[in-house]
Amino acid sequence: MSSTLSHAVWVLRGNTITTCAIFGVFCLCIFALFAPWLTPFNPLATDVANALQPPNARHVFGTDQLGRDILSRLILATRLDLIIAASAVVLSFAIGSLIGSFCGYLGGWIDRIVGRIVDVIMAFPLFVLAMAMVAVLGNSVQNIIIATAFINLPIYIRFARAEVNVKRDMGWVEAARASGHSDLSVTVRYLLPNIMPAMTVQISLNLGWAIINAAGLSFLGLGVVAPTPEWGIMVAEGARFITAGQWWLVAFPGLALMLTVLCFNLMGDGLRDILDPRMRT
Amino acid sequence: MTGGLSIDDLQVVFSTRNGPVEALRGISLELGDGETLGVVGESGSGKSVTAYAITRLLETSGKIVNGRIVYKGSDITRLSESDLRTMRGASISMIFQNPRAALNPIRAIGLQIADAIRAHTAVTAKEARAEALDLLKSVMIRDPEARLDAYPHELSGGMCQRVMIAIAIACRPHLLIADEPTTGLDVTTQKTVMTLLARITAERNMSMILITHDLGLAAQYCDKIVVMENGRIVERGTTRTIFLNPQHPYTRRLVAASPTPTSTIDDLARVAEAEQTTHALSARPAAKPYSITDGAILLQIRNLTKRYSSNIIAVNDVSFDIPVGGSVGLVGESGSGKTTVSRMISRLIEPSDGKIIFDSKDIGAIPARVFHSVAERRDIQLVFQDPDGSLNPRFSVFDCIADPLRKLEKLRNGKELRERVRETAARAGLADNLLSRFPHQLSGGQKARVGIARAISIRPRLLVLDEPTAALDVSVQAIILNLLDRLRREDNMAFLFVSHDLNVVRMMCERVVVMRLGKVEEIGGSSLFGNPQSPYTRSLLDAIPHFDPNGQQIKALPKANEYSR
Repeated sequence: MSSTLSHAVWVLRGNTITTCAIFGVFCLCIFALFAPWLTPFNPLATDVANALQPPNARHVFGTDQLGRDILSRLILATRLDLIIAASAVVLSFAIGSLIGSFCGYLGGWIDRIVGRIVDVIMAFPLFVLAMAMVAVLGNSVQNIIIATAFINLPIYIRFARAEVNVKRDMGWVEAARASGHSDLSVTVRYLLPNIMPAMTVQISLNLGWAIINAAGLSFLGLGVVAPTPEWGIMVAEGARFITAGQWWLVAFPGLALMLTVLCFNLMGDGLRDILDPRMRT
Repeated sequence: MTGGLSIDDLQVVFSTRNGPVEALRGISLELGDGETLGVVGESGSGKSVTAYAITRLLETSGKIVNGRIVYKGSDITRLSESDLRTMRGASISMIFQNPRAALNPIRAIGLQIADAIRAHTAVTAKEARAEALDLLKSVMIRDPEARLDAYPHELSGGMCQRVMIAIAIACRPHLLIADEPTTGLDVTTQKTVMTLLARITAERNMSMILITHDLGLAAQYCDKIVVMENGRIVERGTTRTIFLNPQHPYTRRLVAASPTPTSTIDDLARVAEAEQTTHALSARPAAKPYSITDGAILLQIRNLTKRYSSNIIAVNDVSFDIPVGGSVGLVGESGSGKTTVSRMISRLIEPSDGKIIFDSKDIGAIPARVFHSVAERRDIQLVFQDPDGSLNPRFSVFDCIADPLRKLEKLRNGKELRERVRETAARAGLADNLLSRFPHQLSGGQKARVGIARAISIRPRLLVLDEPTAALDVSVQAIILNLLDRLRREDNMAFLFVSHDLNVVRMMCERVVVMRLGKVEEIGGSSLFGNPQSPYTRSLLDAIPHFDPNGQQIKALPKANEYSR
C-alpha cells in the first residue's frame, strides 16, 4: 500500500495539472460533506429586502431574486450534484462493466444480442432519452439518477467488453482456468480487477458528464425542483435576470459547473498513470 | 575508402525516475569494411543500446554522455538531425527484431520499398517500383511481381523479414545493423534469412553488426565477436578463439549454458549450480533416478483432430502415448499444430475428433468449460511460454501460487495454505521474501519460477510445458531446465514438452513427436536425433545454428560476382 502511495506522489510531482484537478475534486468533496458548516448564510432563508444585490463584501457572490446568498446556495448544491453524479456513475459502472466483461469473455450469441441492444440504446439521442425517462418515471432525485445511469450504460458495456477482449487471451487467463476457475470466477476475480485502471479513467470523465446531465435535466425543470439549491436550477432561474444586467445569478453557478467538470476530466488521465501497476517499479 | 566504423569509449545514460542508469559504460570497438561483427550478451547487457546509439535512434531519455562513434571519418555523435537523416538508410541501415511490427500494415510492400529508395534518391515512382522489384528478386522472394502489391499480413514472418532486408539495402548502405533479426522465426526460416543476409553482405561488400543472444548463430555467421555484460565489453576476439578458448568467466558461462547437439542436462546442471551459489538456495539433492514403470501409460492420444472451419485443419489425426513419469517432446515449426495439441490435452479447448485418455478415462469427452470441476484438473497442469503474460499482474507471488491450492484443494487462508505455498516456492527456488512481490517486480527467471511453482503446487501427474524457456536468456534457461528435470524426478511427473528448440527437447525428453502441418511426421526415442528417418526432421536438425570448429562459416563461401546496377 505504501508503494501505491509513493508511486502516486511520484506521478503527481511530475504532473501539476493532475495535482490541481485532484485538489479541486478534494475541495468539492469537502464542500459536499461539510456544507451546513461552511455556508456563511442559510441557503434557503429569503430576505427580500436584500434581493438582487451584486457581489459585495457581505455577499461575495451576490444575492438572488429572493435575497438568498448565492455562495451559500452554491456550496450546498455541491452535495446534491455530486450525489446524483456519483450514484449514477457507480450504478452504471457496476452493471455495465459486469455485463460487458461477460460479453467480452464469453462471446458468442450472448455477446451479439447484448451488442445489438447497446447499439439500439445508442441510436437514441441520449439526453432526450433521459428526459423522457424522468418525465415518465416522475420528478425525483432518484429518477434522475436512474435515467443518467441508464444512458451511461452503453459506454461501460462497450468499454469493458473491448478491454476484456484484449485481455482474455493472455496467459494468466488460461492459467486461471488450469487452476480450476470457472468462467464466472475468471471474469470476476481475474478480468474485472485488471480492467479497473482503464475503467477508472472512464469513471472520472463520466462523473463530469453526469453532473452536466443532471444540471441539464434540472435546467429544463425535470428532476430537482426549486427551492432546493442545485446548479442547473440556479442557472435556469438566473437566466431570467441576465437581460436586466444581473449577471451574477447565472455566472457563478455556471462557473461552478464548468470548473467541476473540468476537474473530473483532468483527473482522469492522471489516475490512469497512478493505477496501472505496470507503471510502478 | 578507409576505415569502417570505430567506436571509442562510448557511454550512454538513461534518465529514469530512479535516477540515471548507465546503459553503456564505455565501450570501444572497430569494424572494418566487409566484416561481420557479432555482438552477443543477455538481456540488459546493452547490445541493442549500442545499435541505437550508432544510428542515433535512442529514446529521448537516453543520452550519449561520452565517447565518439566515427564512421567514414565523421563523428556520428556530433552530426545534425538532417545529416543523420541522410546517413540513416543511405550509409547505415538497420533491421529489427519483429519484422511484422516494423512494416506499415496498410501499405503495399512494393510502395514501402519504393519509399525507402525515394527518401534518398530523386527517382520517379515508376523507376522506384522497378528498383523495388529488383530488390525483391535479390532477397529471393518467390513471384516478386505479384508480391509488390501484397500487404504485410499476406506474407509469412520470414517473408516480412526479407522485405525488411530489401528496404534496408535499398540505398546500398555500407553498414547493416541487424538487431536479433531472426528471433521469433522458425529455425529453418532463420537459416534461409541468415544465409541470405550473409550472401548479400558478401556480394555488396557490406559490413554487418549482428546483435543476438544466440551464440550458435553468432558463431556461424560472424568473423569477430564481442561479448557484452552490463554495458561493458567483457571479451572480444575471433569467433574461433571465443568459442574454443573463452577467457572471461561470463563468456565461459554463456558458452557452457548454450545447448549444443551433444550437451546433456548434467552439463547444464553444472552451469545452474554455479549460478545458484549466488542465490544460496536449495543445494542440489542427489539425483533421484527416473522411475518409469514399464508399460504403465498415463495418457493416450488417439486420432486427435482439431478443425476450425470446414477447410482449416489445425491438427489432423494425431496419436501418441505418454508413460507414467515419462517425458515426451512435441516439436515442430510454427503452424505445425503442436500448441493446439497441448491446449487440447490441457483441456483448454475442445478437440473436434479423437480421444484423450488419461488414466483410462476419456477426458476429451468432458467439455472444456466444465473441466475445472472434475478431478483430473488437478492432475494436468500447465507451464506457459511467456512468463510475463502468464502471471496476473494484480496477484502477488503468494496469491499466484496459492490460487490453484485454494481452488483445487479447497485450502482456506491459514497456516496450512501458507506452509504449502512456502514449501512449493522453495522447491521452485523462490526465496520467502519474494512472496509478497508483484510480477512486474520480478526478473524473467523469477517469473518463470513462479509459473512453475503455480503448476506444481497441487502435485499434478502430467505437466504440459509450452515453450517454457523460449523467452529466457540462456543462462536462466539452463537453470530452469535443470529445475524442471529435478522436480520431475522428485514428483514422478510426466512431461509433455512443447518446443521448437530440438536441443532442449533432446535433453529433456525420452521420446519425441515431430509434427508438421498438423500431422505427426515422426515419433521416436532420443536416438531420433542421431538418425532421423524423415527428411523434415533432418532439415530441422540441420538448421540449428551451432559452433562447429571444423566447419566452414557461411560467410566464407565463395563470393558471388559483385552486385552491380
